[in-house]
Amino acid sequence: MDLLRFATAGSVDDGKSTLIGRLLYDSKAIFEDQLDSVEQASQKRGDEYTDLALLTDGLRAEREQGITIDVAYRYFATPSRKFIIADTPGHVQYTRNMVTGASTANLGIVLVDARTGLSEQSRRHAFLLNLLRVPHLVLAINKMDLVDYDEDVYRKIREEFEVFATRLRLNDLTVIPLSALKGDNVVDRSDKMPWYTGSTLLGHLENVHVASDRNLIDVRFPVQYVVRPKAKEYHDYRGYAGTVVGGVMKVGDEALALPSGFTTQITAIDTYDGPVEEAFPDMAVVVRLADNIDISRGDMICRPHNQPRVTQDVDAMICWMSESGGLRAGGRYLLKHTTRTTRAIVKDLQYELNINTLHRDEHADSLGLNEIGRVTLRTQQPLFCDDYGRNRETGGFILIDEVTNQTVAAGMVGLDKN
Amino acid sequence: MATTTHDYRLSQLDALEAEGIHVIREAAAERERPALLFSGGKDSCVLLHLAVKAFWPAKVPFPVLHVDTGHNFPEVIEFRDRLVEQFGLRLEVGSVEQAIADGRVHERPGQGRNRLQTQVLLDSIQKGNFDALFGGARRDEEKARAKERVFSFRDEFSQWDPKGQRPELWNLYNTRVHPGEHMRVFPLSNWTELDIWDYVAREKIELPSIYFAHVRKVFERDGMLLADSDVIDRREEETVFEETVRYRTVGDMSCTGAVESSAASVEDVIAEVAVSRVTERGATRADDRTSEAAMEDRKREGYF
Repeated sequence: MDLLRFATAGSVDDGKSTLIGRLLYDSKAIFEDQLDSVEQASQKRGDEYTDLALLTDGLRAEREQGITIDVAYRYFATPSRKFIIADTPGHVQYTRNMVTGASTANLGIVLVDARTGLSEQSRRHAFLLNLLRVPHLVLAINKMDLVDYDEDVYRKIREEFEVFATRLRLNDLTVIPLSALKGDNVVDRSDKMPWYTGSTLLGHLENVHVASDRNLIDVRFPVQYVVRPKAKEYHDYRGYAGTVVGGVMKVGDEALALPSGFTTQITAIDTYDGPVEEAFPDMAVVVRLADNIDISRGDMICRPHNQPRVTQDVDAMICWMSESGGLRAGGRYLLKHTTRTTRAIVKDLQYELNINTLHRDEHADSLGLNEIGRVTLRTQQPLFCDDYGRNRETGGFILIDEVTNQTVAAGMVGLDKN
Repeated sequence: MATTTHDYRLSQLDALEAEGIHVIREAAAERERPALLFSGGKDSCVLLHLAVKAFWPAKVPFPVLHVDTGHNFPEVIEFRDRLVEQFGLRLEVGSVEQAIADGRVHERPGQGRNRLQTQVLLDSIQKGNFDALFGGARRDEEKARAKERVFSFRDEFSQWDPKGQRPELWNLYNTRVHPGEHMRVFPLSNWTELDIWDYVAREKIELPSIYFAHVRKVFERDGMLLADSDVIDRREEETVFEETVRYRTVGDMSCTGAVESSAASVEDVIAEVAVSRVTERGATRADDRTSEAAMEDRKREGYF
């Protein structure tokens, strides 16, 4: 059984939480006491029907306002897959929380209301999912029950979205007509839309192929922690603990350590459960090397003939996430990239990108909350990075305000083409 | 680490394990004084197991902190001490009994000691000067927890601000705090109850005996079976009877309910959990039942 992480996005009233409630409910992932408490809360508020959105809107303020403020993570499993849902807020005010939820997703669902079609919000969400390089996108046309399950409505919205999508870099788009409230095409196939022959939403989630989404070519191993047991038995043991974020490392392989540039061999890949012959993305292991070279946290192990860029000058797309103060040229921040934290200064704000029109404003002099733009940064120490489009782990970074310790931005190296 | 497949994919349990280890290493690398909050419950046993794995062959480089209400099941305390011995851990205990004796907290009759734990936890954090605390909380446990970050910032009053959480992207965690503030770190955020049990089975992790079927004297209150013990006053109409039960969560004897069950092994429990229609907290925790936002309110006060 493997794991699929997906994020849901949609406008405030598109029924996103209802869709998740429906997925959980129809796949029997909701427990009786959870349903009871939702039914009680619904009754208390005088709702006409049980509001499944209450399953995910767990915070007092969310229930009061009937909106989603922050990402809620939900879990369910079918016999073939385990799913982690990041239910993200649709409200523009909480864009940064949506970006948070989408950053680890294999798949994104953008929900639109069949009655109103594509809104500025749905375009924005699709753009953000694309910017974060979420590999698979589902356009879920919801509330089909309110347009008499009309195929023309579905077709129009689909065509309109496909025109918009030509400006993005989508590799995989699936469009599904459904009704979250009534349950059509969510888990069970609808008998009201015989004209639709594709998968139900759950069927698609179960079968979407995600094995190729990872980079298995470029070996990237950011050193996270140096293991030096102070024990007789392991007197000379020196291992480099970390998580593989790219490529397949094998015992006996040649390895190059950055920033030193020394080459050596991988002599062992250790885990608590015993040594392994190879390690691949997301495995958390301890690597031992043939030579005693100086390596510490923040360094990176790669292959001699396949290295990341080593640079102090970075061009990147930035999503600004701070309420207090915007990003300007001259701003100084801490930058955390892989396991390395260094100082960075904003050399230039090249442009602000209007995420609704995709227009570039080259006269912008600052980025405010939830705004996106392209910047040039200069870092104190070199980063070992790849284009975000090639590797999300070695291409993504965060900026931290040194005074408040707040995370103020998410950054993606490269990505000049939307 | 289980078998690898030829297409280089991790099974979901391996993916969760790797994520947990990554989180633990990150906190240990970036924070000065971490500690692991250990209750003896199944989640903290899994958490400890991951911590042992994360630093092997070196020892776990931080202490284990137990906030002892004095109302714990004796089986759990015995188990805790044995584990500390086995892994060569450093144990710190924050005692609610002691805090009551010192007049730092006050017991209200009829209320459990669960709320008092918060104050004692905060005192222990201050005393140990801890700047990161690992907890075994899972997002599937409760709706407020579903909203919480893996690295959850707590201000100098240990408060959680659900509306002002730091964005948390990719696997890049912002672990920075000022003196007096700290991080709560939840490596098991993405695990479900079933994942925990599957992992316990696979790794052969030892748990306190109360998780498995045993005969116990119980009485019924609010639809829950509570253990008959000297930490709880029975009402007139509540009669004691013997029942074969097990616990789905480990909390105080005063507020943790048992479920009727004959599941005597991990495999039996998994079979039961897989078909259960009630969450573990809904079934067995009186402290979460108080109001719709009980957990959120307690987290704001500094509770885990």
